[in-house]
Amino acid sequence: MNWKFAGDRPVYQQIMENIRGAVLRGELPPGGRVPSVRELAMQAQVNPNTMQRALTELEREGLLVGGGTSGRTVTKEETVLEEMRRQVLEALARECVEKFRVFGISPAQAAEIILQMKEEET
Amino acid sequence: MENAVLKATGLTKSYGGTRALDGLELELPQGKIVGLLGPNGSGKTTFLKIAAGLLTPSAGELTICGREIGPETKAVVSYLPDKTYLNRQQRITEILEFFQDFYRDFDRERAENMLSALRIDTSARLKTLSKGNQEKVQLVLVMSRRAKLYLLDEPIGGVDPAARDYILNTIITNYDPSATVLISTHLIADVERVLDEFVFLSHGRIVRQGSTDETREETGKSLDELFREVFRCLEN
Repeated sequence: MNWKFAGDRPVYQQIMENIRGAVLRGELPPGGRVPSVRELAMQAQVNPNTMQRALTELEREGLLVGGGTSGRTVTKEETVLEEMRRQVLEALARECVEKFRVFGISPAQAAEIILQMKEEET
Repeated sequence: MENAVLKATGLTKSYGGTRALDGLELELPQGKIVGLLGPNGSGKTTFLKIAAGLLTPSAGELTICGREIGPETKAVVSYLPDKTYLNRQQRITEILEFFQDFYRDFDRERAENMLSALRIDTSARLKTLSKGNQEKVQLVLVMSRRAKLYLLDEPIGGVDPAARDYILNTIITNYDPSATVLISTHLIADVERVLDEFVFLSHGRIVRQGSTDETREETGKSLDELFREVFRCLEN
């Protein structure tokens, strides 16, 4: 995981995004063990309380399960994983649309531009 | 506040005509890493020295775990001063002995493990180490006590980025939910990700305090940006 933080947003939210990303990329596979709070806090160089908060929130969302002495794992529930995936992609799309809108470009035009880009790359 | 580790009421310290601390009110809860942030001359060092029992206040009161400053509070406070008080002629083993004799809560094994992870030879005399390593030794000693309150005066001032990371990691790894760490610094960007809470100090008074993540959420600003903004206003 890449731990870089923007200073102007709560760190715990950025940690949550980071962990969701790791799950989506398969770095933290469904059913896989999540390192301890202390270990992750060290890696990310953040306060253990902040890391704890991020993991607790992800537990509340259902993405992480356990949290007892045996440690946390990534959920195996397909519906939860699918829902997270949908939310992450939607948030990304919304952010993208906002950025295009600044230049007066509609979502449809934006989509066209993105599609063209992909063709150029392949 | 229940279980306040530190509580200051109307705390004032005057040096001649100037007031380094001016009626300061502060409570620190258990289990937090708190930044005491302010420009040079805002009273940070004076405050830490009073809490460590090295200075007496001119007025007001400061208690630690409900007790007035004295031998009992000194036994639970681990203080990293802005200048070294160690004898630089001594070997590190001798300094370890000294700490073990002096502080009942000193965990020598923990200190030795940290020093060996740093590849610092404990048979060496302190003065033969680089400046950065001398500072690390000092921090290792301070963080190896099982204290209730750690007071760190500018722990990252004047060290290179790698040493700074080491110091922040040491603070994080030694984190104990029953203890509180108070870090004074003006290098806010470097420490803000490890802080639970912050206190902005100006001319011996608190001008703003809060939770770092909540403040980021409310203001959409980093602590560093907020600090610049608050202190720019105060200067004008």
